[in-house]
Amino acid sequence: MTGFDPTTGRTGLAVTGARGVTKEMLSDQPRKDVIRNTIFAAVLFLAIALALAGLCLLIGKNLVDGWSRLNLDLITQNNSSIPENAGLRNAIIGTLWIMAFVIGMLVPIGVATAIFLEEYGNRNSRITRLIELNIQNLAGVPSIIYGLLGLAFIARAPLNLGYVTLTASMTLTLLVLPVVILASREAIRAVPPSIREGSLALGATKWQTIRRQVLPASIPGIATGVILAISRAIGETAPLIPLGAATFVTFTPGPTTDFTAMPVVIFNWVKQSQPEFQTLAAAGVLLLIALLIVMNSFAIWLRNRYEQTW
Amino acid sequence: VEARGLSATGPAALPRRLEAQSPRYGEKVIYGLLAACAVLSVLTTTAIVISLVVPSIQFFGDVPIGDFLFGTDWGPSFQPPSFGVLPIVVGTLSVTFWGLIFAIPIGLGSAIYLSEYAGPRVRKIVKPILEILAGIPTIAFGFFALIFITPQIQKIWPGHFLGGPPLIFSVLAGGLAIGLMIVPIIASISDDAMSAVPRGLREGAYALGSTRAKVATKVVFPAALSGIVASIILAISRAIGETMIVLIAVGSTPNLTLSPVQSVQAMTAFIGTTATGDIPTGSTIYKTIFAVALLLFGMTLLMNLLSVRLVRRFRQVYE
Repeated sequence: MTGFDPTTGRTGLAVTGARGVTKEMLSDQPRKDVIRNTIFAAVLFLAIALALAGLCLLIGKNLVDGWSRLNLDLITQNNSSIPENAGLRNAIIGTLWIMAFVIGMLVPIGVATAIFLEEYGNRNSRITRLIELNIQNLAGVPSIIYGLLGLAFIARAPLNLGYVTLTASMTLTLLVLPVVILASREAIRAVPPSIREGSLALGATKWQTIRRQVLPASIPGIATGVILAISRAIGETAPLIPLGAATFVTFTPGPTTDFTAMPVVIFNWVKQSQPEFQTLAAAGVLLLIALLIVMNSFAIWLRNRYEQTW
Repeated sequence: VEARGLSATGPAALPRRLEAQSPRYGEKVIYGLLAACAVLSVLTTTAIVISLVVPSIQFFGDVPIGDFLFGTDWGPSFQPPSFGVLPIVVGTLSVTFWGLIFAIPIGLGSAIYLSEYAGPRVRKIVKPILEILAGIPTIAFGFFALIFITPQIQKIWPGHFLGGPPLIFSVLAGGLAIGLMIVPIIASISDDAMSAVPRGLREGAYALGSTRAKVATKVVFPAALSGIVASIILAISRAIGETMIVLIAVGSTPNLTLSPVQSVQAMTAFIGTTATGDIPTGSTIYKTIFAVALLLFGMTLLMNLLSVRLVRRFRQVYE
C-alpha cells in the first residue's frame, strides 16, 4: 500500500468530493428547512415577547399615570368625592374584613372536601365522581353569576343576611372554593400510600393517620392553593356589584355594616370623568396589582420550595 | 373430645372481627363532617341552578322564549320594553372573537416556545411571569383597555374603514384586553399538554431527520391536540364570562353590529350594570337579569364540560 495517499492527486480529489457529497446528504439539512426553522423560532419568540410586553405595558402605563398619587395618602385617606382627598383607607379595611371571614370559611371547608374526596371517597363511586365533576364545573362558572347567587340566596331570602360584609364573604368563598379544593387534592394525592400504610400498620386510626401524617406533609401545597384563592378573591369586583357593594363609603366598615372593597372603590374611580380620578384609579390599580403579585409570587415560591420528592 | 372442643371454640377465642373493638364514634363524626363539606359543592351548584331557573321560568311566562332567543331588539328597561337577546349575545361573542384572534396565536406560540425551544433556565423565569399575568385582577385589564388600548386604536384606525372612527368604548379594545387576560390560560395548559407528550415520539422524529419546527408542528402539536383544544375552550368560557373588562371598555349600548370599533353591550355587562342590589325581587327587570344569566351559565357550562372531557382524554393517553 506504499505510495497510495488518498489526500493527493486524482484519488484525493475523488475522496474529497465524495466526502463532501456524503456530508451534505447526511448532516446538512436542506437550506429551505433551515430558513423555515429559523423563521418559525423567531415567530414563537415574538409571540412570547408580545405576551410579556403586554404585561410590561400594563404595569408601566399605570405606573406613569398614577405616579403622582403613589404615596401614603393613598392608603391613609378615606374615600372622598374630592379626588385630592380620596384614598383607599376604608376600602382596605373593608377588604380585610371580607377576607377574614373568607379565610375562616374557605380553609376548613376546602381542606375537608379535599380530604373527603381523596381519603374517604371511592374513586369509582358515582357520588364521588358527581362531586368531582361538580367542582370542576364550579371552577368555570362566571364570577358575576356567583354575585347573582349571593343576591338571590344570601342577601335575600332564604338566608336573608342583607348587604353586609358576611354576605360578600360567603359569596367570594363559594367562588374561590374550587381553587382550594383542587390544590389541596393535588397535595394530598402527592403523599405516597406507603406513609399511610405505615401509620395504619402501627395502629393509628384513619383520622389519626390523616391528621398526623397526610396533612402535615401536604401543608405547603394546601397553603399555595389558599394564597392563590385569596389573591383571586381580593381582586374580584364583578360578584360584589350585584350584592350592593358601597362604592362611596365615608364610614369605617365592620363585620355587620355595609361592605366595600378595594376593587369596587377603584372601579368607581375608573367611572368618574375627572382626570384626577383617572390618576387615582391608576395608582389604586397599581397598588392592587402589587399586592396580588406579591401574594402570587409567595405562593409560587412556596410551591417550588417545599415541593417534596419521596 | 378435647381436639373437637378446641376446633369448635378455637376461632371463638380469637376476636371475630378484625375491626377495632371500640366503636370509634369520633371517626364516624369526622367522616360525617367531611362528607357534609364535600356535599356543599353540590349544594352550591343546586343553589345556582335554582336561583337562575326559578326567576327565568317566571320570565318566560311573561316573554315568549322565541322572542327572547331570536329577537333583535334589546331594551328591557325602555318603554315599551323589548327582550330580544341577540344583540347582547352577539356583543359577547364578538368581544370573545377578537380576544381569541389575539390570544390563540400568542398563547400557542408561547406554549410551543416554552415546551420545545426554551431551555430549562428560560422556562424557569418565563413560566412564573406568565403565572403573574394570570393573577392580575380583571379590573386592571379593563382600565388598561380604556387608558391605553382605546387611544392606540383611535390613533391607528384608518378613518371610516369598517365602521370607524373608533369610539371610546369599542369591541376591539375590550377584545384585545380579554385576549391579554386569556393568554396565560392557553399558554400554560397547552404547555402542560405538550410537555406530557412522551420523549420517545420526539426522538423518533428527530432520528428520521426531522427539524425542530417539524417535530413541534407535525408530532408534538397533533399529539397534544386534545389538551390544546381544551385550553382554548376554557379560555373561551373565561372570555364569555368576563365582566369587568366589558363593563369598563366595551360600553353598554346594545347594538346589533359586527363592527369591531362600535360600542356594544355584552351579556355580563348587562347583568353588571342592571343588577345593582336595589332592584326589587320579582320585578320584570329582576327576572330578565336571571334569564340572561341562565343563558350565560348554559353557554359556559357547555364549554367547561367539553374541556373537562378533552383534558381527561389527553391524560388517559399519556399518563
